[in-house]
Amino acid sequence: MSGWAIFGQAVLAVVGGGIVGLVFRGLDRKIAARMQARIGPPLRQPFLDLGKLLVKETVIPKTAVAWVFSAMPFLAVLASFTALLYLPLGPFRPILEGYGDAIVVLYLLAVPALAMALGGFASGSPLGVVGAQRELVMLMSYEFPLAVVLVAVAWRLSAQGIAPAFSLGTIAQNPLWPWVGPLGVIGLVVLLVTMLVVTPAELAKIPFDIPEAETEIAGGLMVEYSGTYLALFYLADVVRTLVMAGLVVAIFIPYGIAGVLGLSGAAAAAVDFLFWLFKLFVVMVVAVTTVRVGMARLKVDQVARGFWLWGTAASLAGLLLLALDKVVMG
Amino acid sequence: MKEKRAQDPNDPVLPAVEERELVYGGLEAGLGEVFEVPIGPIHPALKEPIRLTFKVRGERIVGVQVRTGFAHRGIEFMGMRQGRNLIQILYLSERICGICSISHPIAFTQAVERAAGIEVPPRAQYIRVIISELERIHSHLLWAGVAAHELGFDTLLHLTWRVREKVLDILEELTGNRINYAIPIFGGVRRDITPDQYPKVREALRYYRGLLNELLDAFLRDPTVEARTRGVGILEPKEAEELCAVGPTARASGLRKDVRQDRPYLAYPDFEVKAITPEDYGLTPMGDVYDKIVVRLLEVGQSIEIIEKALDNMPDGEITSFPKIPALLAHLKKAEGEGLGWHEAPRGEVIHYVRLVSGEESPLVWKVKAPTYSNLMSWYPMFEDQEVADIPIIAACIDPCICCMDRVYLVRDGKEEILTKEELLRLSWEKTRRMAR
Repeated sequence: MSGWAIFGQAVLAVVGGGIVGLVFRGLDRKIAARMQARIGPPLRQPFLDLGKLLVKETVIPKTAVAWVFSAMPFLAVLASFTALLYLPLGPFRPILEGYGDAIVVLYLLAVPALAMALGGFASGSPLGVVGAQRELVMLMSYEFPLAVVLVAVAWRLSAQGIAPAFSLGTIAQNPLWPWVGPLGVIGLVVLLVTMLVVTPAELAKIPFDIPEAETEIAGGLMVEYSGTYLALFYLADVVRTLVMAGLVVAIFIPYGIAGVLGLSGAAAAAVDFLFWLFKLFVVMVVAVTTVRVGMARLKVDQVARGFWLWGTAASLAGLLLLALDKVVMG
Repeated sequence: MKEKRAQDPNDPVLPAVEERELVYGGLEAGLGEVFEVPIGPIHPALKEPIRLTFKVRGERIVGVQVRTGFAHRGIEFMGMRQGRNLIQILYLSERICGICSISHPIAFTQAVERAAGIEVPPRAQYIRVIISELERIHSHLLWAGVAAHELGFDTLLHLTWRVREKVLDILEELTGNRINYAIPIFGGVRRDITPDQYPKVREALRYYRGLLNELLDAFLRDPTVEARTRGVGILEPKEAEELCAVGPTARASGLRKDVRQDRPYLAYPDFEVKAITPEDYGLTPMGDVYDKIVVRLLEVGQSIEIIEKALDNMPDGEITSFPKIPALLAHLKKAEGEGLGWHEAPRGEVIHYVRLVSGEESPLVWKVKAPTYSNLMSWYPMFEDQEVADIPIIAACIDPCICCMDRVYLVRDGKEEILTKEELLRLSWEKTRRMAR
């Protein structure tokens, strides 16, 4: 593919990703509101929020380290959108396929969190510092299970003789479910559950919204951000939700329905793309909306202990089951 | 507390600039060092202005300073000024607190009735009890919702506040207002509860009785709520006793302390109220936040029982011993003496002291003690060695009512002053002399 074609696709993906992300955020808020017996905001509310933030004054506190404070929102939003470009978009291969693989996505997912933490440290507010410390602890606790899930799946693929195993495009085209035996299915389910638990942590949503914790530290690492910078963080968060859901879909449920409906060509691609969006939506509702409605916020030590102990144990168990399955199935 | 310092006249609430820089942690604070985290006077976790300055090492609290006085309104001063009669002051007393807006009038009317020797007809006493117990239901549900919000469990907040609407509707039906009911008046109550209103109240009580188990389940069986409240903000019984904690704060620590039980007033002797502790739910009292949830929710059930009993045994007769206001005012103007009124507000014991002088419409002295004033000190042991994440729920667990509590705030020549013990003693002598005349 020529450079210009990739560039064009990337622009399309970024604009589309932003819009879809904001629509999904609206749906998330509406569904959460209905679950809480509220009416909830209109679907376009995230667009209004973003627009309002963009025209508001951006305040940089006197006590902040100005360049770090200002650079971090851009870093967060760039990393989130770049991660989107490495994701298989339903029937389409990842736009940047061949320029990096799943490991890059892992890093790109960690970058916004790191950026927020640095922004919090640089904001010069004690609440921001507390939030940043919490963000770093969170990052250290949920990244390992996430990495193990990816490695387990990639290893099983390479054991099957499929290369490049670490490419998300390959992973999405070769779902593991048909090849594994009963042990492997259990292993995959364990990995899927781990992934679904990691998702709200990665996105800092209740019960893992500890770095922001509105009632505790008044927004934590976001406390000093305003105007355009806050809008950028908002956008990064919205896109990251898509990326995390897309990751779950790519690894575990990459199936389309065009084949079942007997479609082909452009119609098949369109239907599969819509179905992919629907899958993203389902994953978001299951892993983010229902969880954040149904739980209280945990404390950072509880989360760290939980992920280091149970998260790690679950992901390793999944890996072990996949390995055993490979031995049993031959 | 900080030393005396200049107050910026344009910025009376925010701390002065040098203090703000003092609390600045920033990048230099790094990990593992002690730095200050200011909470308030304006903070999402606090519904009212109060300043808590925490010394924090990482996530651990190593020290706390509480500074009050941001919401002082000088209500007693307004009441003691010449020219206001007691009925006008009654309206003021109603506005000390928006949530326990019948607790203060009940204590205040009792104090005045004792000072002026006014009898309250039994039916009026029952009506006062019913309204104050309805208020307890709404206040405890309100608190439960706030507590859930502080834990980041907004769903529980929305659901609790939704069911709270029912009791507010009943209060509106009975008194005309959702809050600030203006029901007690010296010598009785302003409005009768008519028999055709009984079924509506009973229906609401049935609603809450059916809901109570669901509420207990939602709060006490939820693993995340338990993880956030068990062993958090522990107040030992000994500490609760020494620090004079009152109300659910003390009862959650296992102290059977309830004004309705210890010094029954109005019609409360008829109901034989027993103070509720977590033991009544089959738990050993630990004095943590979880126990405070238990106590408050159980008290909702207790209030339901009291109201049902009151409706069943409602005595007939007058609702006030002074149907005509001018006669009442004339009687109060002639009255001389002092009186103490008390009431178990949803947050604990509230006390009003009044001294009347013959020939004057205003009282010479009116002193209010709100429950939060007694409970505030229990924050210190509760915050000890807890985590930053626990601050909101611990601050909320005594159900603080800051503007009820802010009774004195001294500003002299534009300077805020902190009084020492000796100065306070001197002031109290002067006041006694003034009262003795």
